[in-house]
Amino acid sequence: MLLIKCPYCGVRDQTEFRCGGEASRARPDHPEHISDPDWAQYLFYRENPKGLLRERWVHRYGCGQWFIVSRDTVTHDILDSLPMGDLPPKGRDAP
Amino acid sequence: MIRPPLGPFRLASGGRIDRQEPLTFTFDGVPYVGFRGDTLASALLANGVRAVARSFKYHRPRGIFSAGEEEPCALVEIGEGHARVPNCRATVVPLEEGLVAASQSGWPSVNFDLGRMVDFTHPLWPAGFYNKTFKWPNWKTWEGLVRRAAGLGRPLEGPDPDRYEQVNAHCDLLICGGGPAGLMAAQVAASAGLRVILAEQSPDCGGVLNSENIELDDQHGSDWATRTVSRLREQPNVLLLEHTVVTGVYDHNVTTLLQTGQGSTWRECLWTVRPRHVLLASGAIEQGLIFPNNDRPGIMLAGALRHYVNRHAVVPGTAVVVATNNDSAYQTVFDLLHLQVPVSAVVDSRESISPALQKRLQMAGAELIQGACISDTRGFGGLRSVRIARHEGTDLGHRACDLLAVSGGWAPRVHLLAHARGTLRFDEPSQSFVPDRLPAAWSVTGAASGMQHLQQTLDDAALAARRISEQLGHPADDLAVPQVTRGMVEPAEVGAQRPTASRKRQWIDLAHDVTLGDAELAVREGFVSVEHFKRYTTTGMSVDQGKTGNLNAFIVLGALTGRATGEVGTTTFRPPYVPVTLGAMAGIRSGEFYAPRRLLPAHLMHQKLQGQFEDYGWQRPDAYPRPGESLHDAVQREVLAVRSTVGVFDNSPIGKLEVRGPDAARFLDRVYINNVSGLPVGRVRYGLMLNENGVIIDDGVFIRLAQDRFLLNTTSGGAGRIAGMLEEWLQCEWRDLRVLVDDLTTQWACFTVAGPRARDVLTALGTDIDLAPAALPHMAAACGLVAALQSRVARVSFSGELSYEISVPARCASALLEAILAAGQPFGIEPYGIESLMVLRAEKGYLHVGTDTDGSTTPDDVGWGEVARRKAGDFIGKRSLERPANRATDRKQFVGLEPIDPGRALRPGSHLLIGADRQPPAVTDGWVTSACHSPTLDRAIGLAMLRGGRSRIGEIVTVCDEEQRFNVKVVAPVFYDPANARLNT
Repeated sequence: MLLIKCPYCGVRDQTEFRCGGEASRARPDHPEHISDPDWAQYLFYRENPKGLLRERWVHRYGCGQWFIVSRDTVTHDILDSLPMGDLPPKGRDAP
Repeated sequence: MIRPPLGPFRLASGGRIDRQEPLTFTFDGVPYVGFRGDTLASALLANGVRAVARSFKYHRPRGIFSAGEEEPCALVEIGEGHARVPNCRATVVPLEEGLVAASQSGWPSVNFDLGRMVDFTHPLWPAGFYNKTFKWPNWKTWEGLVRRAAGLGRPLEGPDPDRYEQVNAHCDLLICGGGPAGLMAAQVAASAGLRVILAEQSPDCGGVLNSENIELDDQHGSDWATRTVSRLREQPNVLLLEHTVVTGVYDHNVTTLLQTGQGSTWRECLWTVRPRHVLLASGAIEQGLIFPNNDRPGIMLAGALRHYVNRHAVVPGTAVVVATNNDSAYQTVFDLLHLQVPVSAVVDSRESISPALQKRLQMAGAELIQGACISDTRGFGGLRSVRIARHEGTDLGHRACDLLAVSGGWAPRVHLLAHARGTLRFDEPSQSFVPDRLPAAWSVTGAASGMQHLQQTLDDAALAARRISEQLGHPADDLAVPQVTRGMVEPAEVGAQRPTASRKRQWIDLAHDVTLGDAELAVREGFVSVEHFKRYTTTGMSVDQGKTGNLNAFIVLGALTGRATGEVGTTTFRPPYVPVTLGAMAGIRSGEFYAPRRLLPAHLMHQKLQGQFEDYGWQRPDAYPRPGESLHDAVQREVLAVRSTVGVFDNSPIGKLEVRGPDAARFLDRVYINNVSGLPVGRVRYGLMLNENGVIIDDGVFIRLAQDRFLLNTTSGGAGRIAGMLEEWLQCEWRDLRVLVDDLTTQWACFTVAGPRARDVLTALGTDIDLAPAALPHMAAACGLVAALQSRVARVSFSGELSYEISVPARCASALLEAILAAGQPFGIEPYGIESLMVLRAEKGYLHVGTDTDGSTTPDDVGWGEVARRKAGDFIGKRSLERPANRATDRKQFVGLEPIDPGRALRPGSHLLIGADRQPPAVTDGWVTSACHSPTLDRAIGLAMLRGGRSRIGEIVTVCDEEQRFNVKVVAPVFYDPANARLNT
């Protein structure tokens, strides 16, 4: 069970949070203009790296805020947590 | 006073038992006497009970093999009736007055077991036997028989009467194990001021100090342990948990501890502990030896025998042979000879033994046979003799003995370290896997790290605790480490396991009846990876998880495949370390406490109205049966009341989300497939929400309360989920939109007054809202006073009748319901429940999301395709509707069904087949999603998803309801008032 730092409430138990998947996912601005494969890319394809990953988490049983967590998928080490707004709006530039 | 009978194998003095407190207990119905301080195992041994269980597969008699939680053989049932607990290891069950224990395998009895037929036919049961022996005619024919024969204990029937607790805790240092290492470390860490939790699996701390004749600073080791424990107990920063096993280590070092509540009001307590640092001081487990017929009662680990002799004053035999591959078993010889128990031979598989030890043995008067091993044993219900042979084959004949102490070396108890992703390496001198790389915030000390010498263990534990304390910012003072003034014989160099060449079975895993032959077969058939090998032979997969046998299995696998043991590696250690009951995992969350019960704000009123409640996430009335009336009849009556006059329904659980802000309409345009921004203030619209895959996830009406303010109704179960989803889009994707979402579901109570007389009831209630159809038409809303309560009234309908939804603050719920019932009385108003609502909406063909739809249903499937296509802007899921699969013409579509025989009830879940000649097995053409008997039409009706359904209206399809087949007519999914005349009155 992970210990996760909510940028607003501090370190809390994983059971208070819900993971929303990879933060690098961004909705295309004009879905109607993109091809089926590109749309499928957005819907179904994920980086799933072995190592550092930026994820969206929400402090569901706390302040209700979404934020970005950098987690090592191998060790589960959590490197930092950032408020949503601290990332570029589309979040595409995750390392 | 009369001294109680000691039992035939109990010593007159010595041991850590209280001879003044005899305890009577029964085993398989026979009464016995033991003493306070005994375990069930030691008491059985003292009474000369040898066979206590039958083995898993071959049903061979088995005795007590070990003295701890690693026991592979002595599995028993404790207690009776609902409190009976199967699969208890007799070696860790403390003896209590009146304890009832029974052997759980063996039929009709443990001493005469018909299951032993398997033993006599054992060539039929090799590894993987279910794929081999039972191929004819097929495995299914035999499965029942095999499963009955193979079970481990019987599951409980009826509710568990015991109570279970759960505790969450934090600490600086968690010490796993309360032996000499753990106690020493706890002392140092506690004096440094760390918050320490020490977990010891036995009922008292001390470990080997309690079962060996060790002296520390010239005092018996157990006295030092007792003194240390009482000192630790005095310290407020130490929590000492005895009878507590650390069962698992999870991410971020979360550990779980299972505490047994001896004499408490609870049976077990599951602790979840978050330590800043973990110190593993869990000791080592002695391993067995592999030789022919090494499974008989009377064959026991050498260390376990010392435990029973020294701790419980039990010598469970009269003539002893010791077989070993290391020095530690010699301590058993010395302990026994000290008590004048004859040891006829020491069989050591090694060629050379230290001269000092040889000399000591000679002086004690025991015969040493080097470079030899046990080549066979005899004795059906218990050991009678062993046969000894040299490795090269010379037979040295039989030795009569009823007790054989074996030692195959010691395996550090590294399970928890492995849970935490620490790595292991094979250590040749000790022939065991020892810790290699430690995870962050972990230390290991003592025998768990492969140490053999007690002094080294104590010194290292003290040092480790100092280091940890400093790391955590609490420098420790120097603390005197006790000096070992009388030690024990340590394992020294361990000889490799050398199984003899024999056609007789040699067990690797006693618990799962896995033999050397099985291992050879597995290797012959190519199962050479250790994980495949384990699964094919099932070695290490029983209750004990191979604690006394896995190491030998890995060594054997290495030998059979010409690999070094380190190259073979180990299987993956996974939690839990010992079996954990489901009761402990559930804690108090069972029965009434399984989930919170949500009551309607007018719950007491519904009780008074004799509602029949059901849990829908909320406790809601299904219907309000009159005395003697069935639920079905009540539903039919209530539906007819709504159709003919008027009814009232408590709709309070419906999701109510307020969405407001300058961009609220823009946002909701992206959320619903319907147009939102064009909706005038005071008007209501029905909407569908999709996920990004284009699948319907929720539906409901939304009201425009003001230009920048909307109230969304979601399904009752979906309120929290949809509110969360809206937040996610707003916070993560559309951060530029100025919108707030509030979940007001529980703030408002909501009652639906529906039926041709609904308007009359509202008029009778008294309201300042203009109820004229022109002022408040269908799909309009208004605020005002109703029955002198501040209300919001919306003309929406899920029944197809003229219908008003009246919302008031939740605290006014009962007042409003009372007023409605009173005002409606002249019109014959009846309350109706959710079952009745479901019939009403089915008659009208209104969709119930989650019942009629599933995880693949798109708007077009349910007749909303045109709305979605016409919508100008983008919305969640829109692009996915364009994917080829979602545009296919043979998708399942929402239709109505009318059985040809109007009395023939449909059942949801029944499959549909198009074409009279089609018979299962066949690819389904659809299924019934909702069904009921319509009282309005007096016939059975159903809703269904049918392949290409909309173009099949009028066709006859076949319903497959289990074995029954009957025909139904496909109709449009609206059975009642298709023109909506009644809605618009």
